[in-house]
Amino acid sequence: MASQGLCPSIKNILLLDSEGKRVAVKYYSDDWPTNNAKLAFEKFVFSKTVKSNARTEAEVTLLENNIIIYKFVQDLHFFVTGGDDENELILASVLQGFFDAVTLLLRSNVDKREALENLDLILLCLDEIVDGGMILETNGPLIAEKVTSHSLDADAPLSEQTLTQAWATAREHLTRTLLK
Amino acid sequence: MAQPLVKKDDDRDDEAEYSPFLGIEKGSVLQEARVFNDPQLDARRCSQVITKLLYLLNQGETFTKVEATEVFFAVTKLFQSKDMGLRRMVYLMIKEISPSADEVIIVTSSLMKDMNSKIDMYRANAIRVLCRITDGTLLAQIERYLKQAIVDKNPVVASAALISGIHLLQTNPEIVKRWSNEVQEAVQSRAALVQFHALALLHQIRQNDRLAVSKLVTSLTRGSVRSPLAQCLLIRYTSQVIRESGNNTQSGERPFYDYLESCLRHKSEMVIFEAARAITELNGVTSRELTPAITVLQLFLSSSKPVLRFAAVRTLNKVAMTHPMAVTNCNIDMESLISDQNRSIATLAITTLLKTGNESSVDRLMKQITNFMSDIADEFKIVVVEAIRSLCLKFPLKYRSLMNFLSNILREEGGFDYKKAIVDSIVILIRDIPDAKEAGLLHLCEFIEDCEFTYLSTQILHFLGIEGPKTSDPSKYIRYVYNRVHLENAVVRASAVSTLAKFGAAVDALKPRIFVLLRRCLFDSDDEVRDRATLYLNTIGGDGSVVETDKDVKDFLFGPFDIPLVNLETSLKNYDPSEEAFDIKAVSKEVKSQPLAEKKATGKKPTGLGAPPIGPPSTVDAYERMLSAIPECANFGKLFKSSAPVELTEAETEYAVNVVKHIFDRHVVFQYNCTNTIPEQLLEDVVVIVDASEADEFSVLFSKPLRSLPYDSPGQTFVAFEKPEGVPTFGKFSNILKFIVKEVDPTTGEAEDDGVEDEYQLEDLEVVAADYVLKVGVSNFRNAWESLGPDCERVDEYGLGPRESLAEAVYTVINLLGLQPCEGTEEVPPNSRSHQCLLSGVFIGNVKVLVRLSFGLDGPKDVAMKLAVRSEDETVNDAIHEIVASG
Repeated sequence: MASQGLCPSIKNILLLDSEGKRVAVKYYSDDWPTNNAKLAFEKFVFSKTVKSNARTEAEVTLLENNIIIYKFVQDLHFFVTGGDDENELILASVLQGFFDAVTLLLRSNVDKREALENLDLILLCLDEIVDGGMILETNGPLIAEKVTSHSLDADAPLSEQTLTQAWATAREHLTRTLLK
Repeated sequence: MAQPLVKKDDDRDDEAEYSPFLGIEKGSVLQEARVFNDPQLDARRCSQVITKLLYLLNQGETFTKVEATEVFFAVTKLFQSKDMGLRRMVYLMIKEISPSADEVIIVTSSLMKDMNSKIDMYRANAIRVLCRITDGTLLAQIERYLKQAIVDKNPVVASAALISGIHLLQTNPEIVKRWSNEVQEAVQSRAALVQFHALALLHQIRQNDRLAVSKLVTSLTRGSVRSPLAQCLLIRYTSQVIRESGNNTQSGERPFYDYLESCLRHKSEMVIFEAARAITELNGVTSRELTPAITVLQLFLSSSKPVLRFAAVRTLNKVAMTHPMAVTNCNIDMESLISDQNRSIATLAITTLLKTGNESSVDRLMKQITNFMSDIADEFKIVVVEAIRSLCLKFPLKYRSLMNFLSNILREEGGFDYKKAIVDSIVILIRDIPDAKEAGLLHLCEFIEDCEFTYLSTQILHFLGIEGPKTSDPSKYIRYVYNRVHLENAVVRASAVSTLAKFGAAVDALKPRIFVLLRRCLFDSDDEVRDRATLYLNTIGGDGSVVETDKDVKDFLFGPFDIPLVNLETSLKNYDPSEEAFDIKAVSKEVKSQPLAEKKATGKKPTGLGAPPIGPPSTVDAYERMLSAIPECANFGKLFKSSAPVELTEAETEYAVNVVKHIFDRHVVFQYNCTNTIPEQLLEDVVVIVDASEADEFSVLFSKPLRSLPYDSPGQTFVAFEKPEGVPTFGKFSNILKFIVKEVDPTTGEAEDDGVEDEYQLEDLEVVAADYVLKVGVSNFRNAWESLGPDCERVDEYGLGPRESLAEAVYTVINLLGLQPCEGTEEVPPNSRSHQCLLSGVFIGNVKVLVRLSFGLDGPKDVAMKLAVRSEDETVNDAIHEIVASG
């Protein structure tokens, strides 16, 4: 799926914990054909970035001819990888979209435990951001909206839901976590 | 027993490591998946099980074929549930399992139902899933719905259909291409992302049609593309159009430059950066065009966002390689980035400064780099090393601190590419800065004392063998070299032996000591090492049985090995030990460009039957064997050169003919390869009538007709000429193919008895100077060039007039001369204003020729060229100049 020519393309999106272990990952390119290659890449990227302070602003580095944009929050590490001739700002917008959407979906409790407990939401979120390497959506609230709300209305992001709607989703979310 | 178990669980709950998936096992989750088959579906529970399955897959767990099939079938049952959340998970699961073709059918109808659902979310997702797992036949069925979806009023549905179109274009281009109209409509969509996806798909549908792409760009750059992502795409397409439109810039105005420039004022940083980058990468960009792009990048340098700073400094770093002056304005901002938290940014800033700065700032910058070299990745270290190398060549006086820096980092940890970059840099410095030689060689000696890379050790040993003997005190290197014989693997030992021998041959005073060392190597455990030691002992200290003179010894040890290894290999394979001793001089020195030509040929589609004439194997050996089989050619002597086939007919004509020119000392033979592409015809007595009236120095010797030429099986006819001995002779020949046509019954394949005489006009053929030059590479151009000396040189300057580009001019001249480009100098870096190209070859009469071409752009498009030729024969120098002057 990597032969999209001039189109901006995403090679992978990673969500790792504070030890570099997988929370959720999604690969869109064939650069890492086996699970071992993927794990090695994650370990490498994690070890090269762990020391940096990427908590307020997204950081960037170039590793093995890939541009990697990353951001940390609590014990979660967010990464987006693209080729070395990709526009860094486009990659950064994907990371920001992912980050914003996850923040909304986890009701601002962005940590590993919460992420694992809502893994279904995280996986749907990844599915809504990029499709086969092509950017699908970069607007965080819109992504979160597509993941949670079951009535798709593109013009009303989560922040602008009616009170009843918000209450309904919140209640559902609550019962779901309680029932687990 | 139960008590401690529970307690343990409690403990775990308190730990920070708590995870809902703790202790999860594939086997038990697959068991749990049985709930999918319950008649009363519990949607929440099913969602949880799917999440667990997805978690396992995400952690790298794999399902066997049977397990995957079982899960897939179970999941398809869940389409009964009306729960939307569950449906989403089902879609995700199907995509992850990617079912096989026969399984896809099971879900097809469910997905097609969803595709026509009233619920937008169902439509969008069903389209994405279906297109992911579908094959061509099914696609035809759902095409109608996809077309509709592209123009759906819900942007999510439209985007899903467009993205799926982009993926499907790879596998089913003919179907997706039919959606052009709908896609075009979607480009006008008000939704930002739809516009982006539609533009991407539209461009991919039209990408092979340059005119259509150009039209698309022209119309959209005028209109209003709202989405920043779509705007970025449009900028990329625009630069592509600019690149391909080439040189209609006579007026000085570049088409679409205004558009790129206007994008620099866009409100989205993404677009601004994309446009700035596009401008800096324009071919032959002028400083006036660069200025506005540099200005916006400079603003980015002081941004609070690391990503922006990184993007800007990386782009400026690239610009600094070709236009250092344009970047100097940013130097103050760059200086402040040296202390940037992000080491990648700091490295790029420093290397940019190294390229743009002046001599006085070098020492200060070096000190700053040393501080953080250990913190950065190898990729960036290589960037630094390369910057230092070019800096050193720019300021030779600074070699001492720069060389010290290189030797320091050489001792530190690092991967192969990094170490190789350092070693290469030191070697270049030694070669180009005489003062740096001794210090540099000692650094390299120290490095091989403790070098884990065999390749680098052997390279350095070889280099030591060449440069070491020329230093003031060669003896001090012997110890380092001989240590390798003790401590290394066989490959390094063998190369150390060769290096020792070179010292022995070049420095008489060291000979006795070298002999002692070489004799010790005779007892090595590896036979290559022993063989080399024996050989060198016999050549250097021998009694004259192997080589006669001192000069021969040096030629043998130091001389370039100019025979291509492939040719040597084939000659050795053909060699029959019972005959006389193998003579290396008989091996052809022609570099074969065949594999390259073949690669190009396979890229093109075959143009109809028999059109690419499948000639006989065209290696020199094969030609030689074929020609020697013709009795008339027996006394022509050794074949000097065979040209590449020249087409004498257009593609897809009735008869395809190409010609190979074989050059001998006193003769020229044209070999016409003919192919008959008409099944209903048999050609007999095929001959080419050559008119040599425009080639007066050639006289026809004989012509060898082809008895019969059936359909689609190539045959050859030959025409031979006599020409003055040993000198290049030129001329133009016109050709007519003459033959007797016989009708063939296509059913029986039998030809009629009566034939008709017919003629067929072929294109003209020329014998040019390049036909008398062999492409022979030299291993070390600089050495070869200097060994010929300035006495055998002829230099002249030529104006080549306006050219499309520098690269095009270089390519034309190389082709005109027919010489072998050396050291990769045939590649012209984009945006360069000048270029030096090194060529070598052998002229008829076995005269070695070396050519140094210096190109420069003079004005916007005019190319000027300085041509320096060195060879042992002045007439050859003149001949080479003659080729250029007349070409």
